Amino acid sequence: MAKYLLLKHYRGAPPAVNDVPMDRWTPEEISAHMQYMQDFADRLEESGEFVDGQALAPEGTFVRYDGEGRPPVTDGPFAETKDLIAGWMVIDVDSYERAVELAGELSAAPGAGGEPIHEWLEVRPFLTAPPTITE
Amino acid sequence: MDELLLRSLTPGVLGILVRRGADFAAAEDAVQDALVEAVRTWPSDPPRDPKGWMVTVAWRRFLDATRTDTARRRREALLDEEPAPGPAPAVDDTLQLYFLCAHPSLTQASAVALTLRAVGGLTTRQIARAYLVPEATMAQRISRAKRTVSDVRLDRPGDVATVLRVLYLVFNEGYSGDVDLAAEAIRLTRRLAAAVDHPEAAGLLALMLLHHARRAARTAPDGSLVPLAEQDRGSWDTASIAEGVRILQAALARDRLGELQAQAAIAALHADAPTAEETDWVQIVEWYDELVRLTDSPIVRLNRAVAVGEADGPRAGLAALADLDDSLPRHGAVAAYLHERDGDPATAARLYAEAALKAPNLAERDHLTRRAAGLNARGGG
Repeated sequence: MAKYLLLKHYRGAPPAVNDVPMDRWTPEEISAHMQYMQDFADRLEESGEFVDGQALAPEGTFVRYDGEGRPPVTDGPFAETKDLIAGWMVIDVDSYERAVELAGELSAAPGAGGEPIHEWLEVRPFLTAPPTITE
Repeated sequence: MDELLLRSLTPGVLGILVRRGADFAAAEDAVQDALVEAVRTWPSDPPRDPKGWMVTVAWRRFLDATRTDTARRRREALLDEEPAPGPAPAVDDTLQLYFLCAHPSLTQASAVALTLRAVGGLTTRQIARAYLVPEATMAQRISRAKRTVSDVRLDRPGDVATVLRVLYLVFNEGYSGDVDLAAEAIRLTRRLAAAVDHPEAAGLLALMLLHHARRAARTAPDGSLVPLAEQDRGSWDTASIAEGVRILQAALARDRLGELQAQAAIAALHADAPTAEETDWVQIVEWYDELVRLTDSPIVRLNRAVAVGEADGPRAGLAALADLDDSLPRHGAVAAYLHERDGDPATAARLYAEAALKAPNLAERDHLTRRAAGLNARGGG
């Protein structure tokens, strides 16, 4: 078993096929999309492959250490930052092929016109614990 | 209360319920209920006959669950039958459970989870924590696995090799959460090796014991990996090594060599060396040759290249490496090491840094990054 992160981008991924911003969808299309995501997560739980799923607000703040005894510096959001994460799902599956298959399903979530979005999702393997037997 | 004793009763009790006519899935649930009940009541009220107590409580739970089931009428004939009392052939029951839980119709992850629960007596929560998934996910994985094997009959012996693969996986994934999976794998393999006449089962047990013996030495206090050559051999568990060697020798004497015995033989040669310099690399290469013959695995050939590098010098190791596909996992790390030994720190540092990017786990990545950094610092690059 291996864990993979399915990463959804607000920005930074190549454009989707059905690339209509969500605020141009009908309310029913938005509901259908949400339902699809929920059903997908439920199916993964039933198949014993679900680990976690979270959505992120589009706007965040950059924070950095500013020296001993000083409060951290905050800045941003920066418009020039290319990559903007929208959310993720963590899955625990038997193979890389299965992870790709599931990412493909998730990318088929319906969008404008009830048609699949075909959005690009990023599949990233987790680093694991080291195996006990090495040589 | 002795949790291990309690858990060691699990497969025997489960076997008795199944033999009395309970279906596997319901019996397994009933035994889990009885385990929970035992944890609750035994500390204040320990039974005189723990196994008898477990059978009684589990059977009652099974009957309760069955009575509330919609299929009650269909099963009433079964309930009217008085269960046969008396001691059970625990070993046979246990063995059949191993086969069932490692059934080839299951995915490896399902087989691992089911084995840990039904044979190991771990709770779903413990297994979920060990594998870092939510309890609900693990519960589904286990109940799907039980459905998958629900039609498998328990009356024929299965394939020991599939069971060994599952136990190898449990051991090799190390441990997290509150369960020591490596120790659990050893416990379950020990029991299997006692129940089945199979040199590879002994080989796996020996392999586990020999690796487990080095566990304390494998990681530094900061969690970083310590390579075999740099380990404090004084902290190896000599009792575990002695047991592993003894079991391995008995298995090898039967002259039915298999992959696991050969792996254990290599581990034994490492364990046998008082210092890294005294390692018998020539013999280790010979065992790798056996392994190549048995498995024809490219990973084995890769490990063999390291051994050849030690036995015949880094140039020979690099020559052995040249025949292998460089997309193999850890190929870059091996190449880096051999170039370092060959006195080419610049190439080694570059290869270590590249290998770090491809490392499948954090400890290995950090280790490779440190090697690259160390060489770069010395080279002033």
